[in-house]
Amino acid sequence: MSSVTMTDPDVLSGGDTRVGLADTVSQTATLAWRATVKMRRSLEVMFDVTIQPLIFTAMFAYIFGGAISGDVSSYLPLIIPGLIGQTVLTACVATGVQLRTDMDTGVFDRFKVLPISRIAPLAGPMFADLLRYFIASVLTFSVGIAIGYRPGGGFLGVAGAVLLAMLAGWSLAWIFTLFGILGRNAQGVQGISLLVMFPLTFLSNAFVPTQTMPAPLRAFADVNPVSLVITAIRDLANDGAVTANVGWALVGCAAVIAIFAPLAVRSFNRKM
Amino acid sequence: MTTHHHSTELAVRASGLVKRFGEQRAVDGIDLEVHRGEVFGVLGPNGAGKTTMLRMLATLLHIDEGDAAIFGRDVRTEPHAVRRLLGVTGQYASVDENLTATENLWLFARLQGVGRAEARARSAELLEQFDLTDAAKKPISAFSGGMRRRLDLAASLLTRPPLIFLDEPTTGLDPRTRGQMWDTIRDLVRTGCTVLLTTQYLDEADQLADRIAVIDRGVKVAQGTADELKSSVGQSTLQLQLADPADLSLVADEARRLLGEEAVLTPEARRVNVPLTRTDQSIDVLVALRDRGVSIESVTVQKPSLDEVFLALTGHDTQEATGADDAASHTDHDLQMEASR
Repeated sequence: MSSVTMTDPDVLSGGDTRVGLADTVSQTATLAWRATVKMRRSLEVMFDVTIQPLIFTAMFAYIFGGAISGDVSSYLPLIIPGLIGQTVLTACVATGVQLRTDMDTGVFDRFKVLPISRIAPLAGPMFADLLRYFIASVLTFSVGIAIGYRPGGGFLGVAGAVLLAMLAGWSLAWIFTLFGILGRNAQGVQGISLLVMFPLTFLSNAFVPTQTMPAPLRAFADVNPVSLVITAIRDLANDGAVTANVGWALVGCAAVIAIFAPLAVRSFNRKM
Repeated sequence: MTTHHHSTELAVRASGLVKRFGEQRAVDGIDLEVHRGEVFGVLGPNGAGKTTMLRMLATLLHIDEGDAAIFGRDVRTEPHAVRRLLGVTGQYASVDENLTATENLWLFARLQGVGRAEARARSAELLEQFDLTDAAKKPISAFSGGMRRRLDLAASLLTRPPLIFLDEPTTGLDPRTRGQMWDTIRDLVRTGCTVLLTTQYLDEADQLADRIAVIDRGVKVAQGTADELKSSVGQSTLQLQLADPADLSLVADEARRLLGEEAVLTPEARRVNVPLTRTDQSIDVLVALRDRGVSIESVTVQKPSLDEVFLALTGHDTQEATGADDAASHTDHDLQMEASR
């Protein structure tokens, strides 16, 4: 045979070398690129971080503002950070649902059979979703400012709050990623995710101060990582202060990652 | 080929492969040896275990029992090394629907560590080779079935792997597109690639494969060249429909006398099938029947189909083999019916 062989002799003789860190990073970046292209192509998957903040921010502010804080403008410093927490959490749900949808397509089989890092197909979309959390929090702030919110923390405070929201989104997404991996299909993942998302959102200080809640609910609401993050966002955006609450928010995020990331990675590896 | 020092090495070696899905043994002790540079066809009906076996060899499914090695690398203990030697093209095109053809190839090339410039060049080269250049920037959703399969195959070849798995590469394609796909696969083999392909079609295995293994209900029932398999069922079949079912035995007598073959009778349909080693033997049979005054309603001469190879090799037809998958849906009533027969 004239063309001898297509085989690189190194490939045949090389060991079962695991994928190195540099390759893992590069493969994750490539798959994050793929996820952003998908976002651009199917804009309907972006509704939860574009249309939803636009509508919810105005709606919640005008519906609850008078009842809870007397008037809309004094409610805004409370509700805008709360809505950022809520919107980012909604975006996390989509992270899990889309992972499931992705894993059910033929292209995932190809990822499995490629000699690539086993974690890259999970990590790539998760990093790309940082963009979604960014859009969600910036839009919520923008709508708030448009209807009269004046964040006392200034640009830096708001920028810090956005960064924290992105980090929180990435951390909380591990919960929904786990559902995405374990779920049978996208509908099932959506169902269980909403079941978890609603208590996490409403049993928090997102919309109302927790003081009026019954003791057991308040106990949960006060340690709910979503509450911790929202309190920290309020401190950063409204006061421009890096308070202990910011530290607690980071601890909350770390705790969620510590519990759910290993579970998610383990079940993902079992499916890869 | 024989001068190459690796020529005696096996591309695929599997022994006693078993895969269980609950009670069912989808793959039930299959041995397989694929030599370097050959096209090996795995032939069998839907649900025979072909795809399951391929997925086990490709590290996609856990091997319950048995051993498998790709170019001597253990599939179970060295999956990463195995993946570097493999290109896999699935039964259902596994490209990203949301990306264009160029983006797909770029993605898979970059994932496998191909540099940016080379990824671009290699993608363009493969699009050209697979006649997809015009569609390079189109969304995959606008692709025909044949274009998808070609893109899928192109994506498997980016790193020039020495072994390609093709899982039913032409299932669902129209005859013209199937022919094009066959040409593509032949070109691939010319570059020195080893190919393991599964198919439901005898003519596909016949067209492409050097050797064929016939798989049924998770078991290998035969192996050989296409000619060897076909000669086991006769080269072709003379199918007759008679006006009078009483004449059926007469046809059987003539087949035995003239050809030494046993005819297959279907009295309900007044039909008889006579196996032929040469197609022109049909004339001898027809002349003899005319002399004996047998009235014939229709005559066809058919090449052996997979169904007949199956019937000959397994004693049941391909439909029954498919039924194994539906075993769970059998009611107790069905089982009692079978038991009482």
